[in-house]
Amino acid sequence: MRRFLFVARGVAWRSVHNTFANPAIILPSIIFPLFFLAAFAGGLSSISGVPNFDYKPGYTAFQYAFVLLQSSAFGGVFTGFAVARDFDSGFARRLMLSAPQRSGIIAGYAGGALVRWLVTGAVVTVAALVAGMSVEGGGVELIGLLGLGVLVNIAAALWACGVAMFLRTEQAGALIQMPVFIVLFLAPVFVPLHLLTGWIHAVARVNPATAALEAARGFIAGSPVKVALAFAVLAGAIALMAAFSRRGLASAERAG
Amino acid sequence: MVPRTGREAVGVAAASSAAAPVGGGLALAEPSLLEQVGAVARRSVVRTFRQRALLIFPLIFPLLLFAINGSALGAARKIPGFPDVSYRDFALAIPFIQGALFVAVTAGTDLARDIESGFFNRLALTPLRGSALLAGQLGGAVLVACVQSLVYLGVGLATGVGIASGFLGALVLLALSILIAFGFAGLGALLALRFGTGEAVQGFFPLLFVTIFLSSSNLPRNLIKTDWFKEVATYNPVSYLIEGVRSLIITGWDGEALALGFGFALVLCVLTLSFAGAAMKNRLVRT
Repeated sequence: MRRFLFVARGVAWRSVHNTFANPAIILPSIIFPLFFLAAFAGGLSSISGVPNFDYKPGYTAFQYAFVLLQSSAFGGVFTGFAVARDFDSGFARRLMLSAPQRSGIIAGYAGGALVRWLVTGAVVTVAALVAGMSVEGGGVELIGLLGLGVLVNIAAALWACGVAMFLRTEQAGALIQMPVFIVLFLAPVFVPLHLLTGWIHAVARVNPATAALEAARGFIAGSPVKVALAFAVLAGAIALMAAFSRRGLASAERAG
Repeated sequence: MVPRTGREAVGVAAASSAAAPVGGGLALAEPSLLEQVGAVARRSVVRTFRQRALLIFPLIFPLLLFAINGSALGAARKIPGFPDVSYRDFALAIPFIQGALFVAVTAGTDLARDIESGFFNRLALTPLRGSALLAGQLGGAVLVACVQSLVYLGVGLATGVGIASGFLGALVLLALSILIAFGFAGLGALLALRFGTGEAVQGFFPLLFVTIFLSSSNLPRNLIKTDWFKEVATYNPVSYLIEGVRSLIITGWDGEALALGFGFALVLCVLTLSFAGAAMKNRLVRT
C-alpha cells in the first residue's frame, strides 16, 4: 500500500505540475466549459419559456449542472491525452520501469485529473454565480453535487487512462473523448427529460448520465431526485472503468 | 502518408521545373498558372483522400451533433415566434458551417506539415508561383468541402428535411457552403503560413468553433432572450453565414439573407486569401 501511495503521489504531483505550469494545457479545460455555459445558458435561455419547463432555479442553473458535470468528465478526458502523450514521448516506459507498484500510476493520473477539475469546477461555479445563477439547495445538497462531480471525474479519468494505455499514442484522442461526448449529449442537456420526444427521449431514459444530471439539477434546486440511482450508477461505472484501466495497464506492461 | 516522393510530388516538381533552364541555356516554355495550380492541387487532393481519418471525423462529428441537437432541441419549436418548421430543418445549416471549420483545419494542417517537413522550402526553390502554390494547396480542402456538403444535404433529405427553395435552391446552398469552406480554408492556410506549425493551426480550432456557438446557430436572433448574447450573435459574421444557408432550407428565396450570406462569405474569401497571399510571399522570401 505504501508503495502504491508513493507512486500515486509522484504521478499526481507531476500531472498537476505539468497542467498548471503550461497554459496551453490548463486554459482550454477552463475556457471550454465557460463557453458552453455562455452559449447554452445565454443563447438558449428562451427555452425556459417552453410550456411545462418547470425548473425553478432558472435556465442558468439548469445548464450549470450540465456544464459542471461536463467539465468534470472532460477533466478526466484531458488527463487521458496526457497519458497518451507520455507514451508517445517515451516517458511512460521509463515510468513503468521505475514504479514499484504500477497500479499507482493510474491512481496518480486520476488524482491529477481530480485536482485539475476542482480548479475548473470552481471557475465555472463562480462564472455561473456572476451570471446570476440561483442556487436553492443547502450545504448538504451542494456537497452531494460536488460528490457527483468527483465521481464523474474519476470514472472519466479511468476510462481515458484505459484507452490511452491500450493504444499508447496521442492519436487515441478522438477515441477517448468521443464516447464521453456522446454519452453526455445523449442526456437531457437542453430541456428536462419529460420534454424530450422521439428517439432522443428513449435513449436519454436509459442513459446512465441522465440520472447523474437529474440528480445534480435536483441538488441545485434543493429538491433531490434520483440520488441513490445516480451514485449507484457512478460507483458501478468507476468499478468497471477501474478494471478497464487496469487491463490497459497490463496491455502496456506486456508491450514493454 | 505525405506523398513527398510519389508520383504526385513528381508531378508538382515537373510542373514547376519545366520553366527552369535545362542543359545550359535551353529553356522550356513555362507552364501556365492553371497547370501549376493543377499539379499542386492534384497532390493536395490525393494526399487528403489518403488520410481517411481526416475525411471521416469532419463528416461524422457535425452529423452527430445534428442528430443529437436536432432532436434534443425539438422543444424549441414551442417558443412563440419560432419558424413553422421542424427543429431538424432549422438545424441542418449548422453542419455545413462546422464542416467548413474542419476544412480550415485540414487545409492549414496539411500546409503546415509541408512547411515543417521542408517540402515547402524545396518547392520554393522551383519557379512555381506563390499564387499557384496557395490555390493548389487549397484544392484538396475544397474537394473535401464538396463531398461534405453533398453528404450533409443527402443526410438532411434522407431524414425528412425539405428544401424550401427547391432543387435550384439546393444547388445554391451547395455553392454557398463551398464558398464558405473556401474562405475558411484560406484562413487555415493563413494560420499555417503565419505560424508554420500544425499544432498552432489546431490550437485555433476551438476558437473558431466557439464562433458557431456564439451565433444564431441554435435559435433565431429575434428569439435570443439574453441581451449580450443577442448583441454578440448580431455582430458575429458566422450568424449571417448560417442564416444564408438556413434561409434556403426553411424560408425559400430570401434575398437579404442570401445577399448577407454570400457577401460575408466573399469578404471572408477575399480577406483570408489576400492575407494568406501576403504571408506566402513573406515565407517564400524567408526561404
